[in-house]
Amino acid sequence: MLKAYNINDLPSSPSVDKVGVEERVARFQSRSIKNQAKMQGLKMVLSMIDLTTLEGKDTPGKVRQMCFKAAHLHDAYPNLPSVAAVCVYPSMVNLAKSIVGVHGINVASVSTAFPSGQAPLEVKLADTKFAVENGADEIDMVISRGKFLGGEYAFVFDEIAAIKEVCGRSRLKVILETGELTTLDNVRKASDIAIYAGADFIKTSTGKIQPAATMQVTYTMLQAIRDYYDETGKMVGMKPAGGISNAKLALHNLVMVKEVLGQEWLNNEWFRFGASSLANDVLMQILKTDSGVYQSSNYFTLD
Amino acid sequence: MSTENKNWEYADAVEGTGHIKLKEKYGLYINGEWVAPRSKTYFSSTNPHDEAHLAEVAQANKQDVDAAVIAAERAYHDVWSKITPAERGKYIFRIARLMQEQAKELAVIESLDSGKPIREARDIDIPLACNHLFYYAGWADKLDYAFPNQKKEPLGVAGQIIPWNFPLLMAAWKIAPALATGNTVVLKPAETTSLTALKLAEIIDEAGLPPGVVNIVTGFGDTGAAIVAHPKVSKVAFTGSTAVGKLIQKTIAGTDKKATLELGGKSANIIFDDAPLDQAVEGIINGIFFNQGHVCCAGSRLFVQENIADKVIRKLKHRMQSLQIGNPLDKNTDIGAINSSEQLKTINKYIDIGRKEGSECFQVDCALPNKGYYCKPTLFINVAQSSVLAQEEIFGPVLTIQTFRTIDEVIQKANNSPYGLAAGVWTDKGSKIFNLTSKLKAGVVWANTYNKFDPASPFGGYKESGFGREGGLHGLGAYLK
Repeated sequence: MLKAYNINDLPSSPSVDKVGVEERVARFQSRSIKNQAKMQGLKMVLSMIDLTTLEGKDTPGKVRQMCFKAAHLHDAYPNLPSVAAVCVYPSMVNLAKSIVGVHGINVASVSTAFPSGQAPLEVKLADTKFAVENGADEIDMVISRGKFLGGEYAFVFDEIAAIKEVCGRSRLKVILETGELTTLDNVRKASDIAIYAGADFIKTSTGKIQPAATMQVTYTMLQAIRDYYDETGKMVGMKPAGGISNAKLALHNLVMVKEVLGQEWLNNEWFRFGASSLANDVLMQILKTDSGVYQSSNYFTLD
Repeated sequence: MSTENKNWEYADAVEGTGHIKLKEKYGLYINGEWVAPRSKTYFSSTNPHDEAHLAEVAQANKQDVDAAVIAAERAYHDVWSKITPAERGKYIFRIARLMQEQAKELAVIESLDSGKPIREARDIDIPLACNHLFYYAGWADKLDYAFPNQKKEPLGVAGQIIPWNFPLLMAAWKIAPALATGNTVVLKPAETTSLTALKLAEIIDEAGLPPGVVNIVTGFGDTGAAIVAHPKVSKVAFTGSTAVGKLIQKTIAGTDKKATLELGGKSANIIFDDAPLDQAVEGIINGIFFNQGHVCCAGSRLFVQENIADKVIRKLKHRMQSLQIGNPLDKNTDIGAINSSEQLKTINKYIDIGRKEGSECFQVDCALPNKGYYCKPTLFINVAQSSVLAQEEIFGPVLTIQTFRTIDEVIQKANNSPYGLAAGVWTDKGSKIFNLTSKLKAGVVWANTYNKFDPASPFGGYKESGFGREGGLHGLGAYLK
């Protein structure tokens, strides 16, 4: 697939005022989500999760158990959705695919020398090809933050475009690692680069760097998606990842998506949460909303 | 892949009213007692959301006002001017603390009586009202430091008349500096929003403030006029319309009454092409739709640099569509009810004028409640400086949008108004901000924000927006000679 744009097509990114962003985010957080809106929202959150394990110590055993959980979040409670995808390292894609594929759950693979991205392009391309050939439905690449902070925007742009080409039909999520970009102005600029270079999704973080998916950062990225949509009519997805570990924060993220992007984005084709522990808190809240009492964490499985 | 097709809407999240205590009938609070009005007349305070009756409120006539002023004068001579400044401070602190303790009840009553969203009453009006009292309580025994070597003295009885847009906040805004500087008070709330002032009277009573130091009389314009005209009132503090401000000026001409008038506005909110656009759009929303646009310093004239006008307007329309309009007591409501049917008529009159003038009109696409006084957030695009809409204060959720090309042009246009209360400037460039703040003839100029208030910051206008400053150190001076 040919890239649609080159770096010269990039519009100049608007500046972002941190104080103003914080105020806006506080307004999202003051929304009161109750009753059926809460239940519907919580189920939506479950269906948007990319259940993730990205550790050096990952083994087939660990991945197998997590994949089972992806399809069986809490069988004691009927009619729960499954998660959207499992997210693993390229070496685990084949295994993951063999387990979750039959359940209609996608396999996402990190690539491009995740999490640092400090490898030559050939290595990154090979890494990506390997994951795609092993059956990854989605590729979560990292951008070269060093190059970005060094002002080499064209490098970053071209690299994303090159990875996009080898993704084929797999959807490309571009991880900005916003914790390393440090300013919202940088987050906005990197979002614009990723989107114009061909990202299907933009994603906040690897989960290895703090802070990760703060609402301020996600809001800034959602605005970039909004502006691109207004300019071109094309939708881009969003995936906050890292640090969203409870249901309330997840619901506030949905509020933000609804108000900035709209209803069209409120599904797992266009919005995902990258998280490992979020699912259980959401399950706990769903059961509590129904029964009125909290159950202990021992009733929710750890896979 | 599972996808969610049903639209996700916020469920009702209506704040309860079970905890509020409202009397069926309120008398006047004069000389530390609740008394029946000599007029023997009461009027109804209603909820603008559903037009339901909330409570009967006494209508004070001239004799009632006279009794209140005499009580205030006696309290001034016998008690309030004799106790130590530190004692005065203690009383004000006590009132502030009691208000804080009853914040939830006050917020709900404020929302019920005025139509403002509970979120604003809870997060802005009530906390800010408490803060004003805390702030001025601290000054009570430090006036010698505020005005070194000047031996300032209080004025006596302050007659204070407040509007319906921020009922309790304006009451606190007026009472706090008056008491801190050693004056006594006769306060009249607006006829559509008397209830939180009456709750404040209960709090003042509970605080044990000496009788007559604060008197609260309710009623209409004639009650206010009686306060202004009373010979024993030494100071008039008024917040409200420019028309009434002019009447007050006429009444007190030739007397030695001091006055501060905080009147109308038609404030300019100026967006440059180098502004943080999404935050500027928030600032536009906050500037004009805060409190349904019932804000004297509302950013009701938007000036957008022409090269970004289309983009800003597109963003603004999209953002407006996510505003939640409806029951003020719902915690998710962004825009509540217009304060009264009379004000709704005024706003609609201006919307009709705008349509007839031929400006492009945009209104949020939403359903309004069947009952109550509601108005859709409204934009008028491509408005000219000579349009009625751009010149007159509407005091509602109606924004006019004008474009400009250069800095000089926008300064000229922003200043080309009989008003001069506030302005907003949005740009990433510090030098541009300082250039504009020194040239805009407005009492407050906000940079990259709008509608921010703090007790330590003075507030007031140029030209027909009034004179005198309230808040901060400046606010003390208005109650001293």
